[in-house]
Amino acid sequence: MFVSYKWLQEYVDLTGVTAKELADRITKSGIEVESVEVLNKGAKGVVIGHVVERDQHPNADKLSKCLVDVGEGEPVQIICGAPNVAKGQKVAVAKVGAVLPGNFKIKRAKLRGEESNGMICSLQELGIEPKLVPKEYADGIFVFPSDAPVGADALELLHLDDEVLELGLTPNRADCLSMIGVAYEVAAILGRSVKLPERGVHENHEDVHHYISVRVDAQEDNPLYAGRIVKNVKIGPSPLWMQARLMAAGIRPHNNVVDITNYILLEYGQPLHAFDYDRLGSKEIVVRRAKAGETMVTLDDVKRTLTDDHLVITNGSEPVALAGVMGGANSEVQNNTKTVFIESAYFTSPIIRQAVKDHGLRSEASTRFEKGIDPARTKEALDRAAALMAEYAGGEVVGGVVEANTWQPKEVTVTITLDRINQVLGTAITKEEVAHILTNLQFAFTEDNQTFTVTVPSRRRDIAIEEDIIEEVARLYGYDNLPATLPVAEATPGKLTAYQAKRRKVRRYLEDAGLFQAITYSLTNEAKATMFALEAAAPIRLALPMSEERSVLRQSLVPHLLEAASYNRARQVENVSLYEIGSVYLTNSESELPNEKERLAGVMTGAWHVHLWQGEKKAVDFYVIKGILDGLFALLGLEKRIEYKQAKREHLHPGRTADILLDSQTIGFVGQLHPVVQKEYDLKETYVFELALADVLNADVEEIRYAAIPRFPSIARDIALVVDEHVVAGDVQKAIVAAGGALLKDVAIFDVYKGDRLPDGKKSIAFALRYYDPERTLTDEEVTVVHEQVIKAVEQQFGATLRG
Amino acid sequence: MKERLQQLQQEALEKITQANDLKALNEVRVAYLGKKGPITEVLRGMGALSPEERPVMGALVNEVREAIQTAIEEKQAELEQQEVEKKLAAEAIDVTLPGRPVRRGNHHPLTRVIEEIEDLFIGMGYTIAEGPEVEKDYYNFEALNLPKGHPARDMQDSFYITEEILLRTHTSPVQARTMEKHQGRGPVKIICPGKVYRRDNDDATHSHQFTQIEGLVVDENIRMSDLKGTLREFARKMFGEDRDIRFRPSFFPFTEPSVEVDVSCFNCGGHGCNVCKGTGWIEILGAGMVHPNVLEMAGFDSKKYTGFAFGMGPERIAMLKYGIDDIRHFYQNDVRFLQQFNRV
Ligand SMILES: [Zn+2]
Repeated sequence: MFVSYKWLQEYVDLTGVTAKELADRITKSGIEVESVEVLNKGAKGVVIGHVVERDQHPNADKLSKCLVDVGEGEPVQIICGAPNVAKGQKVAVAKVGAVLPGNFKIKRAKLRGEESNGMICSLQELGIEPKLVPKEYADGIFVFPSDAPVGADALELLHLDDEVLELGLTPNRADCLSMIGVAYEVAAILGRSVKLPERGVHENHEDVHHYISVRVDAQEDNPLYAGRIVKNVKIGPSPLWMQARLMAAGIRPHNNVVDITNYILLEYGQPLHAFDYDRLGSKEIVVRRAKAGETMVTLDDVKRTLTDDHLVITNGSEPVALAGVMGGANSEVQNNTKTVFIESAYFTSPIIRQAVKDHGLRSEASTRFEKGIDPARTKEALDRAAALMAEYAGGEVVGGVVEANTWQPKEVTVTITLDRINQVLGTAITKEEVAHILTNLQFAFTEDNQTFTVTVPSRRRDIAIEEDIIEEVARLYGYDNLPATLPVAEATPGKLTAYQAKRRKVRRYLEDAGLFQAITYSLTNEAKATMFALEAAAPIRLALPMSEERSVLRQSLVPHLLEAASYNRARQVENVSLYEIGSVYLTNSESELPNEKERLAGVMTGAWHVHLWQGEKKAVDFYVIKGILDGLFALLGLEKRIEYKQAKREHLHPGRTADILLDSQTIGFVGQLHPVVQKEYDLKETYVFELALADVLNADVEEIRYAAIPRFPSIARDIALVVDEHVVAGDVQKAIVAAGGALLKDVAIFDVYKGDRLPDGKKSIAFALRYYDPERTLTDEEVTVVHEQVIKAVEQQFGATLRG
Repeated sequence: MKERLQQLQQEALEKITQANDLKALNEVRVAYLGKKGPITEVLRGMGALSPEERPVMGALVNEVREAIQTAIEEKQAELEQQEVEKKLAAEAIDVTLPGRPVRRGNHHPLTRVIEEIEDLFIGMGYTIAEGPEVEKDYYNFEALNLPKGHPARDMQDSFYITEEILLRTHTSPVQARTMEKHQGRGPVKIICPGKVYRRDNDDATHSHQFTQIEGLVVDENIRMSDLKGTLREFARKMFGEDRDIRFRPSFFPFTEPSVEVDVSCFNCGGHGCNVCKGTGWIEILGAGMVHPNVLEMAGFDSKKYTGFAFGMGPERIAMLKYGIDDIRHFYQNDVRFLQQFNRV
């Protein structure tokens, strides 16, 4: 909402409060003033001139040679390029020495050999936005009313000395979509009174019912419909002050009748529509839902196809307006219109919202209906409009009002105690202060034993409950006056849940292991949505995506991490190690929320360790990433319950991928990216992993129990086993652990060999075993017995032979 | 004989002084104190002395031996010390060469901000509540006093999946869910961080996915002044002890009264600069007293219980705190961006 500072003064005395100060006060009290715009963009020295002569320029077809009286002795000669300049006009003249916006200084000049002493200006040249300039002056100079005094300040006549406050209104403050509403707000803030405009209709002796009747068939959509007839109007420009106010509010002037409806819309927040009565084609107005497939041509010459979700104003047979949104072309006011039917109605918000949505038509009128108007002012606005048409369009107001009225005004009263106000706010406001605030708001109220009963005026539809009153009191009392306290309540222990605490440790661990935390988008495209998914599920699509790239919810974090790696590589960052913790979304039934599961994923590519001058350089490989995961599982106390199983997964290297099992359940995978995918993402050798984080973090883990520090020496034995090349080390190790029993303290693999010194198809794996008994010193003989069992077990299970 | 001994002592001491290494010193030892050395020879010749002279001469021999022995030991210690020093000198390295690097990643800057805020409120007795990102219309809107057709729904254009299911547009549904779980009994004291989604085109200041962190306290006798005190405490811990806050009235459907909360500019201290656009204040939070409809819908008696709620955007805080100029940086995961947040 744009609020003219000068216009506002008609309703509230703003003496001693500048526009800027007013803006600050309004902002502090609840409505954000987004800007204060000075309308004059730097023009100076522009006066009203009278074109006394106009001749063709002798040397230029498109120029006129004018003699203009600017109120300073002899008329001056001005060369003008506007096509519409004519003898007798009152025009804006920038005299020699004047300045126009953009610091354009007017100097005496010669144009094609003819002297020019100034410039006749268009509105655009005076700094008015082209879209606000009345259509007939869009391509030429602006013509002032004939009574504009010669020599007067043209900028002042155009109200360019005004300032405009732009209000950023929240949806609850639709009351301030009108000058009167703003006036009430400002009056409350400043503690001053509101002066309402005069309704002052002078009716003739005719009865409007002889002209027209009104019937509403859709009372829920249109509880109140009122109309008046104004006859003998003369269509012409509206008064300059009205045009200036409309332009300041961002509305382009058209003609007196249309301008008056717009003026009332701004003043009262009540949208009006003016029909050409003679073109209605009947003597009745019927408001009803449109029939499916019914069509009409709106004012903008667009043919609209309607449904029964739309409300139309009809002449009994066909639509003449799309209710509350736009009039019909068939009944539009034209230059020869004689009799006007003014509609002032209350359309409810949902029906208008639907029409706006379906037809993509948002207007000053529809916005107000959508946000809710004050029906108590509907007829008042109608009267005022009729009065203005009588005054400024030379019309005659026909006696009486036609209406269809089923609107039930409901009086809203709110009862609240002083105690409650202070209790909620934490203040010690007195009952006098509350009374003062309510008085300033012009809310009627009674007070009895510190209990206020407030009658809410109909313009404030946002106020219905105690808290609304508390808010009014608080904002006008001033939030700066609110004390700062802390809740007085029993202490609550603040802490992370076990899951949250573990998740933080996981983050910290991975970062200390060299990975950066990434955050990627949850929305992806159809193809990427299911890539690398741990669990198969149908992809979840948005109903109305903004782009195909962000249309489906992801089922794995890996694709976007690969994108991030690729993004980095494209910018010469070759070594990338990222991890992400985030949700994936797996579909349930249509009516249920999807299963949202937290995943941990990582991507690693490039060098892992580089220490150049000492000649150390290690690229990321499978065992680097596996080592990091091993460390993670150890951190979580799960290392003994985790198993890696050779696996084949789509998009991963078939020989370099493992499923990760926790207590024999698959909870993730780790592997090298398949060369085909690697190429698609324009990456070098890359490794990825993904874990079902919730499964990992929710696994029950025993508390740490102290175990005695070894007091006796242990005995070490190494064995190198030659096995078939398909035998995996993990299986052999498991067999060793099983056979070694209680005395075998630990087993480590220290060498793997495959090559010339072994037969084809064979490899050797070397294990270091350590035997230990916490109770005593073991003898060599005892160890040998167990060790023999170990060897026998691997011989039997894997056909292993000791390497000589 | 006496002269002979004194001469030997002098000779030996000279040779000891001249010895440059342990080998030469050992040669002196063998030459003078060894079994075939001259002093032993002198001892052998003592038989020719008279019984009175013998003890005198014996004492003298011992004296000479000890003097030589002591000199050798001293010299030996000196030479050994020199040898160690020589070895250490040979072992010297260039300490200015770079050390073996330790790889270290770090938190994403948003996590850094979120954890800081979480910890701050945990210190004030809050717990962290989380909830689904794909939410029911009911929890995202209706339970928050935004019934279907409410004009404020325009303010947050949302990604719907079905008519009843959408990507949450704020973390407030977690508040609604948490309150519901409490079954009308306080206190509720939670912080809800998480990802949220809105139908915005991605540009320097908008992102269709971003994060939010909200707080909620519901109990008997919670006052709006408590909200002010709590947020002032937060602002001071987060942005510096001399920060102040101010409330500006605003509107949110789920709170009443509603306010926007500004923090005095941590860049200029309130005098006005380009960070605060000359106003001295930076808008950081939206807040208010929980709307009675929200309390009632979650099963709380709004006559008995009151509460406050507040919310803020970690992106905005991180952008202000670290001077980041484009919100897209948070989601591009450029390592050169991420690694800038790798220290205290
Ligand atoms: Zn500043």
